Amino acid sequence: MSTEALRAGPDPSHIGHHNEALEALPEFTGHGAGGPAPKRIVVGYGFWIFILSDVIMFSAFFATYAVLVDARAGGPGPHQLFDLRNTAAETACLLASSFSCGMASLAVGQRSEKWTQIALLVTGLLGAAFLTLEVREFAGFVARGAGPTHSAFLSAFFTLVGCHGVHVSAGLLWLGTMMAQFWAKGFRQNIRHRFLCFSLFWHALDIIWVGIFSLVYVMGTVLP
Amino acid sequence: MSGSTGLTMFGKLSWQAIPFDQPIPLAAGALVVFVLCGTVIWIALKGYVPYLWREWITSVDHKRIGIMYCTLAAVMLLRGFIDALMMRAQQAMAFHSGGYLPPEHYDQIFSAHGTIMIFFVAMPFMIGLMNFVVPLQLGVRDVAFPTLNSVSFWLTCAGALLVNMSLVVGEFSRATWLAFPPLSELRYSPGVGVDYYCWALEISGIGTLMTGINFVTTILKIRAPGMHYTRMPMFCWTALASNLLIVAAFPILTATLAMLLLDRYVGFHFFTNDAGGNAMMFMNLIWAWGHPEVYILILPAFGVYSEVVSAFSRKPLFGYRSMMMATLAICLISFMVWLHHFFTMGAGADVNGFFGIMSMVIAVPTGVKIFNWLFTMYGGRIRYSVAMLWAVGFMVSFVIGGMTGVLLANPPADFQLHNSEFLVAHFHNVIIPGVIFGAFAGYNYWFPKAFGFSLDERLGKWSFWLWLVGFWVAFAPLYVVGLEGMTRRLQHYDRADWHPWLLVAAGGVVLILCGICLQIAQLAVSIRSRDARREPTGDPWDARNLEWATASPPPPFNFAVLPNVMHQEPYWDMKVRAREAGHLATPEPRYEPIEMPRNSPTGFVTAFFAVVTGFALIWHIWWLVALGLAGAYATFVVFAWRDIEEVEIPAEEVARLDRANRAARSAALRREPSA
Repeated sequence: MSTEALRAGPDPSHIGHHNEALEALPEFTGHGAGGPAPKRIVVGYGFWIFILSDVIMFSAFFATYAVLVDARAGGPGPHQLFDLRNTAAETACLLASSFSCGMASLAVGQRSEKWTQIALLVTGLLGAAFLTLEVREFAGFVARGAGPTHSAFLSAFFTLVGCHGVHVSAGLLWLGTMMAQFWAKGFRQNIRHRFLCFSLFWHALDIIWVGIFSLVYVMGTVLP
Repeated sequence: MSGSTGLTMFGKLSWQAIPFDQPIPLAAGALVVFVLCGTVIWIALKGYVPYLWREWITSVDHKRIGIMYCTLAAVMLLRGFIDALMMRAQQAMAFHSGGYLPPEHYDQIFSAHGTIMIFFVAMPFMIGLMNFVVPLQLGVRDVAFPTLNSVSFWLTCAGALLVNMSLVVGEFSRATWLAFPPLSELRYSPGVGVDYYCWALEISGIGTLMTGINFVTTILKIRAPGMHYTRMPMFCWTALASNLLIVAAFPILTATLAMLLLDRYVGFHFFTNDAGGNAMMFMNLIWAWGHPEVYILILPAFGVYSEVVSAFSRKPLFGYRSMMMATLAICLISFMVWLHHFFTMGAGADVNGFFGIMSMVIAVPTGVKIFNWLFTMYGGRIRYSVAMLWAVGFMVSFVIGGMTGVLLANPPADFQLHNSEFLVAHFHNVIIPGVIFGAFAGYNYWFPKAFGFSLDERLGKWSFWLWLVGFWVAFAPLYVVGLEGMTRRLQHYDRADWHPWLLVAAGGVVLILCGICLQIAQLAVSIRSRDARREPTGDPWDARNLEWATASPPPPFNFAVLPNVMHQEPYWDMKVRAREAGHLATPEPRYEPIEMPRNSPTGFVTAFFAVVTGFALIWHIWWLVALGLAGAYATFVVFAWRDIEEVEIPAEEVARLDRANRAARSAALRREPSA
């Protein structure tokens, strides 16, 4: 029996579930048993697995930070360094950029080239603003003699937060490439799949940032 | 970087990097250059370059990539084995003398041996087998992300190439196969060796991570209709568990080595002795990756044994569900035992006690597996073909290695045996009979599927016995000297009672050398007599899973029509029905054109830029780093811009290939004595 033919019928948007015709196949139980999943599911699923692996990498940096947070070698600690107003501004930029990224998803759904580009541009500008704030903060620390080579705590701080920053920078590069692709190729299926991955990536960076914001900045300054 | 090194065009690189003053590394390097260049020139002269480029280098076919992975592993096995020969020779000679290897070179050799054998032999061999077999067993046409698969392979090659470059240009790490700080920090390892190590593993590690993502997605999302989880062949289950471990463990390695690199390159203080650095944190992080890594290697091998034992006992695998549960239990518990690698760190009795007990607990699911294989054999009509011999040799040897592992899991015993040759004997006793025998079993078992002709049985059996006996002669003495107090990694010693055992061990490694030579002979003889060895049906072993339902070698699309799976052993089920009916179980399908992913040089080009970037980073040639990264980005943009992603195989071609196989199978069915 051709499952492809069945898919084309009752599941036109390739969501991959509630496919009565497939479920009526003999021995059909649960996901995957109805034959290979549609491309969109496979791409999104694979990218989710990548995000999980990325989260694990961050967790190694988080764990390292937790171990080294008190190893200050006579240098400054979170209380002396962190300015929550700057962190709040960074958080606002990043969360707003996630919102505009969501808007871009809607625009892609509507196949609106103009609004897709505008929403992505806003996303990129907010991401760049976030990066600027972060770089300013880092430069300020270095200027005060609290660079990453000063103590294990500072090494861990710069690496954890910097790794997120590197991800945002890579995301900006991807975003620029994505905008060029939409412009040059339109809303082709594989490009929509890539955009799906990009938006997953961008939202995941927010989740990581929420972890950094809470565990590094808030706990570092609020706790005694 | 600052100072004089940063100002020159080529960073730290100069003619002094070539070891003109050290004859042994120079000769070894010259050999590598000779073999590599010789192969390339031979290929070019024979005019094979266009063929290789078209059919292999740019191929995104999982079968081709699998074969290339296994080839890489086999070549690197020779390299890693030469290191082993040199170490055994050194220890055999170095009683009351310095031996023939100076300490700084001996240290590089044992570091390179471990690195190569784990990352560039065991890993690629297992990943190669998974690549070749898993989509076939799942009854589908390719993995989830075929081009990514090619990128993974070529990045692994890039890492392997960097490790081999260190022979000729510069030096390799002397800080053991896991680069333990503070020894691996800049202060104590100022050369480029540790940098070679770190960048090679970072690059190949990215490849491995992408393999993990690819295979988890493939196994969970791309299966033939009706292929439930409880109908997946055991090799697919173990591959799934192994790849889940890759996804969960390799990011930790990436992060840990990144921290070490930050320490070395820009003066951070993660693992340094001063400014609050914590070297023991490296131990925790590296083994949080390292212990799952052990199971990443052994689980697919367990899958190979499951396939082989069941096929050659002519019985379904005993206790399928318990095997499944045991696999997943190992997958989970493997993340709860890492601390047993450093009980002597001083984490305290409670922590050591917990990890000791967990380490013993993980032996339970492993024992379940052993019993399942034994019960699969029990009452079966066993054929001791070469693959089956490797499986039986594994069971006997691995149980002993596992039991010495349970000994070591006992913290008080571990305090005595830690860092001794007993430990060296233990982990070789699980990795060689476990992973390497599994690789060889899989190689003998699936070779006919990959190439359409089987390997010579007689030479295969000889090589098996030489390996098995050689293994025990080489490593049983290490248990003894370990109990006598010999620590690992000794460049020389003056204890007379160790010397005879180390001579015996050197003899054992010579037996293994003979085994390897016979394996090469087996391959050569089999290729020369391939026409007599062809097997037209594609099922030489009368096996049970779907990979044998295709022609050998399988067509690019694997299955003309995706099989509809109705049974735990779908192919055996088809054969039973065909034998009962007297004709093939399925009528000829209506052939339709098949879309397959288009070949792409993306993987090869990316790996080229990865080598450039890695080499430039190792030697601090910053402009070249920028160039390499820009090149890699440009490669991805070019890939992203392509408009045609798939090629169509016309229905006539599908029909031609499938009809030939159906005809061969029908003919074979008619020849069979009726049931």
